[in-house]
Amino acid sequence: MVRGRAVAWWLSGAMLGVLVLAFALALRPWFPPIASAHGAAVQKTLDFTLLATGGFLVAGHLALAWLIARAGRGSGEPSAAPSPRTRRLISVLPALFMAAVAEGGVLVLALPVWARYYGPAPADALQVEVTGRQFFWVVRYPGPDGRFGRTSADRVATDDPLGLDRSDPAATDDIVLLNEIHLPRDRPVRLLLRSSDVIHSFWVPEMRVKQNLVPGMIIEIWFTPTLAGQYELACNQICGLGHYRMRGVVDVADPGDFERWLAEQGPESR
Amino acid sequence: MSHGEPGGFWTRYVFSRDHKVIGLQYYFTAMAMAVFGGLLALLIRMQVAWPARDWPWLARLLPDAMAGGVMKPEFYLALVTMHGTIMVFFVISMALLGGFGNYVIPLQIGARDMAFPFLNMLSYWLALPAALIMLGSFLVTGGAAASGWTAYPPLSAVKQAVPGSGLGQTLWIVSMALFIVSFTMGGLNFVTTILVQRTRGLSMFRLPLTIWTLLISSVLGLLAFPPLTAAAILLLSDREWGSSFFLPAGLVFGDKPLAHQGGSPLLWQHLFWFLGHPEVYILILPALGIAFDVIAPFVRRPVFGYRSTVVSLWVIAALSMVVWGHHMYVSGMNPLLGEIFAVGTLAITVPFTVVGVNLVASLWGGRFRFDTPLLFVLGLLSFVGTGGLGGLFLGNAVSDMYLHATYFVVGHFHFMIGWVTLFGVFAGTYYWFPKMFGRSLNETLGKVHFWLSFPCVYVVFLTMHFLGFTGMMRHIYDPEQYAFLKPLAGLNQLISVAAFVLFAAQLVFIANFAWSLWRGRRVVDPDPWKANTLEWTAPSPPPHGNWPGPLPAVQAGPYEYGPGAEERRPQSEPPPVAPASEPVA
Repeated sequence: MVRGRAVAWWLSGAMLGVLVLAFALALRPWFPPIASAHGAAVQKTLDFTLLATGGFLVAGHLALAWLIARAGRGSGEPSAAPSPRTRRLISVLPALFMAAVAEGGVLVLALPVWARYYGPAPADALQVEVTGRQFFWVVRYPGPDGRFGRTSADRVATDDPLGLDRSDPAATDDIVLLNEIHLPRDRPVRLLLRSSDVIHSFWVPEMRVKQNLVPGMIIEIWFTPTLAGQYELACNQICGLGHYRMRGVVDVADPGDFERWLAEQGPESR
Repeated sequence: MSHGEPGGFWTRYVFSRDHKVIGLQYYFTAMAMAVFGGLLALLIRMQVAWPARDWPWLARLLPDAMAGGVMKPEFYLALVTMHGTIMVFFVISMALLGGFGNYVIPLQIGARDMAFPFLNMLSYWLALPAALIMLGSFLVTGGAAASGWTAYPPLSAVKQAVPGSGLGQTLWIVSMALFIVSFTMGGLNFVTTILVQRTRGLSMFRLPLTIWTLLISSVLGLLAFPPLTAAAILLLSDREWGSSFFLPAGLVFGDKPLAHQGGSPLLWQHLFWFLGHPEVYILILPALGIAFDVIAPFVRRPVFGYRSTVVSLWVIAALSMVVWGHHMYVSGMNPLLGEIFAVGTLAITVPFTVVGVNLVASLWGGRFRFDTPLLFVLGLLSFVGTGGLGGLFLGNAVSDMYLHATYFVVGHFHFMIGWVTLFGVFAGTYYWFPKMFGRSLNETLGKVHFWLSFPCVYVVFLTMHFLGFTGMMRHIYDPEQYAFLKPLAGLNQLISVAAFVLFAAQLVFIANFAWSLWRGRRVVDPDPWKANTLEWTAPSPPPHGNWPGPLPAVQAGPYEYGPGAEERRPQSEPPPVAPASEPVA
């Protein structure tokens, strides 16, 4: 049997050490800059949760350190158990407080962003279709007619990753690119996400956008880029041996530059 | 009630129906699987921290997977898939439920054995082949399954989708199906035994919390595992017989269209997580039960809020069955469902906080005996807090959208179903080892084990949470492909070094275990910790049938430790005149 002041101090110290490590880590700036309109609200949810959980982490570990240090004093009888009233408070209050913080984060901060992000895109939104393939991204703009041409699996070939139906008039002005998405700043983008083999995931940290691409489904999200620049697009869902290099680039340009770029694109240029 | 003592070696140690032998069989199998699963983790960490590095000595060991000294990406995916599968099902489930469940249940409820000893034996002898098939899948063409431990189709359903989707994936499915059958047999046995075989006087509210948590976990397992069995059979059918449960029309692989149509990849995710989320609680609850059972005798106080803990555990179990969708916020599932699952998931904070606070408050005012079992429980309490708080990020649909499938998730679940459960296993092992073998584990090595493990767990897995904040993807084989991940290289190396030390610390435990089996200090006292629950009234190790004489009858609660009480107050003796659970002052 061990009964020791020294052990108690070491253990209390370890609990405080957890907090030291957590704060040391928290000092470094981790989150990438925010480059989309809804990104600020996503970040607010993250920051709020980080602050709240940080508070709980400190409170919990201080309580542990204190209880352990007290137990190591080694002299005298253990103190009496708390009164029934105190017991009820200890049981109920932290739970209610925690639930209020957690559900508050969802109901107040999160769900409005969520509803907007998955809700209908504004009418002036730029339409872009992104199709995941093992292991590249096929990006398609509908062209001047605003309509995407039909595609079919039977027509897919090495030089035609979507299997575009050329007899469809809507297909003639479609613009198809690989692994690069060009977007104008400050204009909403309506993304149509598809996959033709396995599940992929469209992940651009700066945009605070992540969405799986599921074969057999067309999944819609919309967002508004607010910061010009080049951002890395990563596949975030295990999709096969080339998963780690399924990388693309999102290039957000000023509206004028974007329109110039778009005008230079012939149908189906690469 | 008592059945005859088995005679020969085979019926006594191999095809035994004795719950203690079966418990140890499970425990040792889990330990062997843990070493293997840990080695896989080391390979993963080598690759992530030093991507594309040439390891000539590894190429000699693994000529195929490390051809030319550099790890192949498909091997890396097999590593992460098999590490997850092995650790979740064949280590934690096996050690906590198969191992401690079998060993401890009859001893703590005053029964001579499980309700169905033959079924119990059969359950182990299905689990072992399941484990061997899972291990063997590394040796087949294409290697082991490589679609993640969640095996999402089409990656897991289409053979040409990834090299591991050949025979390796089929063996994965067969092994999982066998494991689930075994687990179901065990669960039926646990529930029946706990409900029916309790000794005289042992009412439900006199059960030790380990028994409560094992009961709840078994009920959850019985409800949640069958849908995965069904899903596994459907997946096998899609793979082998051309059905389309999970495969929609329009699939193209290598520019060739497939003939499937009409299926839904999301169906698998619903079925998988319908098991997968309760499984988290199936694993974690018994670890919390063990924590309560260890705290009480070492703090010499009744546990705080026994009844509110039991009620909260059942509420957690009920809620855990209806929140699986929080694994699917970005899956393409109807966004309205995401809102409902977010509100439901965060409701779990209420019962979970009650249990957590009750654990911590059980330390209140005690004078501890700082033996190794208590050290691991104190570590576990810290992990439950830190890991549990991560759940507030992932339960919330919007913060999960950012963090989903990043290293934040990896850090989070390694705290919860990795190290909370492992520290529960360790606390239970240091605590019950004298009962199991009549010897005690070495205290000094136990302390070395703790003091190496605790800080390393934090350095490895807390740091991973922060890597997730940058957006680092969880399955990435080579982070150097991305400019935004390059600055993390130093931290990834730090994590890997800490992970290697963490693995070495577990070898200290295994060495201690092996050494103490033969050379550990003999424990003559059947109740070395002066604990009150029934197992401590049986001899160490308990004979076949557990008690040489009549079964003990119960006259008191499991935690009747009073202020200043050094003496035992076994459950089998009447409680002191003033009920010890009430404050005396």
